[in-house]
Amino acid sequence: MQEHIVTSFEEALDNINESLARMGGLAEKQLADSIEAITRRDHALAEKTVASDKQIDALEVDIEAQALRLIALRQPMAIDLRETISAIKISADLERIGDLGKNVAKRAMVVDQASPGRAMQGLERMGRQVLNQLKEVLDAYAQRDHERAMVVWRRDEEIDEMYNSLFRELLTYMMEDPRTISLCTHLLFVAKNLERIGDHSTNIAETVQFLVTGNPIEESRPKGDTTSVTSMEFPPDAGPQAK
Amino acid sequence: MSVAENIAETPASEPAATNMPVKMETRDVNVFYGEKQALFDVSLDVRKNQVTSLIGPSGCGKSTYLRCLNRMNDVVDIARVTGSIKLDEDDIYDPKVDVVEIRARIGMVFQKPNPFPKSIYDNIAYGPRIHGIASTKNEMDEIVEVSLKRAGLWEEVKDRLAEPGTGLSGGQQQRLCIARAIAVSPEVILMDEPCSALDPIATARIEELIDEIKDKYSIVIVTHSMQQAARVSQRTAFFHLGILVEEGDTEQIFTNPRDERTQDYITGRFG
Repeated sequence: MQEHIVTSFEEALDNINESLARMGGLAEKQLADSIEAITRRDHALAEKTVASDKQIDALEVDIEAQALRLIALRQPMAIDLRETISAIKISADLERIGDLGKNVAKRAMVVDQASPGRAMQGLERMGRQVLNQLKEVLDAYAQRDHERAMVVWRRDEEIDEMYNSLFRELLTYMMEDPRTISLCTHLLFVAKNLERIGDHSTNIAETVQFLVTGNPIEESRPKGDTTSVTSMEFPPDAGPQAK
Repeated sequence: MSVAENIAETPASEPAATNMPVKMETRDVNVFYGEKQALFDVSLDVRKNQVTSLIGPSGCGKSTYLRCLNRMNDVVDIARVTGSIKLDEDDIYDPKVDVVEIRARIGMVFQKPNPFPKSIYDNIAYGPRIHGIASTKNEMDEIVEVSLKRAGLWEEVKDRLAEPGTGLSGGQQQRLCIARAIAVSPEVILMDEPCSALDPIATARIEELIDEIKDKYSIVIVTHSMQQAARVSQRTAFFHLGILVEEGDTEQIFTNPRDERTQDYITGRFG
């Protein structure tokens, strides 16, 4: 595409893009570190990860200010308008991803009991998938590739399914051994946070679709999270009530 | 009332601008100035009670096209117009057509306010008088008052109708010209950059006025301000090098233009 006649307009848009790329990189690292911190129970890494969220928050404020300035001074149109609005939306999603990652890291600091290894495996696998989705959608944004973004958008269902099975698994552990309730509750929240990060990645995918094509997505996203309607019978032979 | 209820009451979206009936239909319009062709096969509809804005860089043919719509190019000796331009069912280039009558049905407002060197009253009364619209003094008074009211100028000038129109401010003069155009009850009003000589406040008044009067007339406006086109019009047509590049709902043209040339122009990328 041709450059703007006004160079400072071009620079302002480039700066927003650059800030957003940096923010995406930080959010990705934040998530990777928080997953590692909880699966390896690395207390120091968790602390570091919690602290680094500040940078992401600051970048969101910065991108919003840049976008507001651009709108006020340049009245961007068409693709420029979509770029600007997309930057605001994506930075908001990344900020939430940063927060959720920070929350995972915080829980990593609390979870220092011996954890059920099997549940941790499931969590690690889910974490890897969520991280992969975030990476993919940020690449799709960087390359303005809406088809790649749509692949991410459709694949979120897998994360929902992982979350469902992890949810059931953790419930089972808690029923088997009430001493794990505290730990498992934390892990449940970690799983929920990861699932939410997946949702924010799909939001970004939707924004990329709008940015590139100018049209919102028509179809509704396949959703696999059924935990809000999941319940489990307390087994009669477990727990004190059975006696 | 809760916020949610408020939201639910507003319609999901405005009806598509394309739904309005066609007021002026132009097909394959070509304009030549001597040997030079200024407009190439322009086919465009002006819809009833809507504002259609024509945008494009200088020399793109948008003003030439606008001037075809009420045969203003007739006054240019070397200009030659081909193609068909219809107002409702009437071919306005039909040799049997009375040009003066056509220009009464299709009024025009120019870039620079051009009131006659007459009183404010006579500026408005001139058109109705030559077209024999009013038969009594009372009728004429009423036309003047209604026209000035519609143009949002009445309150400012009602006590000085005998003063010369040229004594008004630029913005007031332009509203006087709009009132003058309205006075002969036109069906279509053509505006050639009506705000380019006005300050932002006077511009805002004219834009507000355009929005108000579009319920009674069909309006075509040529403007260099893309923001203005985006604000006042429902349909936008982009011209470039004498060609109609793209035409569509204003919202679509400014958020998601189909043609790359439109995109380059409205985002300020024209090389």
